[in-house]
Amino acid sequence: MKDIKITITDRQGVKHEVDAPTDMNMNLMEIVRSYELAPEGTIGICGGMAMCASCQCYVLSDHQLPEMSYDEDLMLSEAYNVKENSRLGCQIFIKEELDGLEVELAPEV
Amino acid sequence: MIKTDILIIGAGPTGLFAVFEAGLLKLKCHLIDALPQAGGQCSEIYPKKPIYDIPGFPEVLAGDLVTNLMKQIEPFQPGFTLGERADTIEKLDDGSFIVTTEKGTKHHAPIVAIAGGLGSFEPRKPPITNISDFEDNGVEYIIRDPEFYRNKNVIISGGGDSALDWSIFLTDVAKSVTLVHRRNEFRGALDSVEKVQELKNLGKIELITPAEVVGLVGENNLEEVVIKQGAEVFNRECDHFIPLFGLSPKLGPIADWGLEIEKNAIKVDNTLDYQTNIPGIYAIGDVNTYPGKLKLILCGFHEATLMCQSAYQRIFPDKRYVMKYTTVGGVEGFDGSKKEAPKAVIKSID
Repeated sequence: MKDIKITITDRQGVKHEVDAPTDMNMNLMEIVRSYELAPEGTIGICGGMAMCASCQCYVLSDHQLPEMSYDEDLMLSEAYNVKENSRLGCQIFIKEELDGLEVELAPEV
Repeated sequence: MIKTDILIIGAGPTGLFAVFEAGLLKLKCHLIDALPQAGGQCSEIYPKKPIYDIPGFPEVLAGDLVTNLMKQIEPFQPGFTLGERADTIEKLDDGSFIVTTEKGTKHHAPIVAIAGGLGSFEPRKPPITNISDFEDNGVEYIIRDPEFYRNKNVIISGGGDSALDWSIFLTDVAKSVTLVHRRNEFRGALDSVEKVQELKNLGKIELITPAEVVGLVGENNLEEVVIKQGAEVFNRECDHFIPLFGLSPKLGPIADWGLEIEKNAIKVDNTLDYQTNIPGIYAIGDVNTYPGKLKLILCGFHEATLMCQSAYQRIFPDKRYVMKYTTVGGVEGFDGSKKEAPKAVIKSID
């Protein structure tokens, strides 16, 4: 198991290239929190249950992501600032095939 | 003025359990919460989700945990100020505090325990640039009194239970009800969705989907909303626009109480009693931070327990106290009830 590289653009527009472990069952929201790229309390509010959309991000690279679950899809149907490439970070689990993933955090609501 | 021994801000699991631990020490508690019901996030965000790390419960639904906690603290008759947000705090000369809610309800206590989780729940506001200009002039995020909408043209947006339920309810009150949602599918309970479908077929609700309200127009009061449906953009006359997109927690006014804030949480001086930089004010549960902090319900319970011991010492500095097990001392409620271990049956052996 190796770490993968992910490029995360924070809410101020600053790009960060970070290492993300593939063997710790972590998701993208948790990676953002572990590198403190968004203030605590503004991301992952529901803890990762696809119930708040505070971890919404825009996927900029053309990686093949796992299909959206029913819960994620419905949460995004009620979230703000949603675009075609919106996903919930908490539903994107770090896997080797996501090496090089590029995402941008959606604005805080 | 409501008087109590420990004023708890936040009626989530940590705040509720603090009532129990305080009760064992014969301290009275009163809780303030911005939500209309107790339980905090457990009730508001995930009542139907199972929790697996409450000691002694292999699996418990968040909503059931709250029900159990309410039952556990019942003998201690806590007071509740629900649906009101704690806004200001004032320290009196004797070291006690007065906490006032945004509705003006005053609470007086020698000890304040903030168990506010991620903050008070506020409605999520749609990102429409001039929306604040129309707040209370045609835009409302919460329906307080349905009568307010009698014979008015109302546009609701959202796709969850509250959007569906209010759309249904207001058809009997308002002149017209229009529901705008970004999808054709709704996230609410199935019978609510079916009811809206039925009302739509009867022509009592107009559904505009998949669409979004993207602008607001009006001189002083709201007159029209701008709706974007696919490539088409059109205006629709209305008296009220009610966006119902759920609630999101914000630390809010507590951030201005002179408490040390770090990472959107209240820094506590130590992990002995979770007192803040203001003596007499404690922070317990998800709202606090200290080295090694974990935002877990079980940690909140522990913090609530130690907080109560410290609060007791603060209220009664001269009293000596030794912690008693409930297996030994039982639970003596303020309501006269007493729970005790059954006495052993004595039986002679011939």
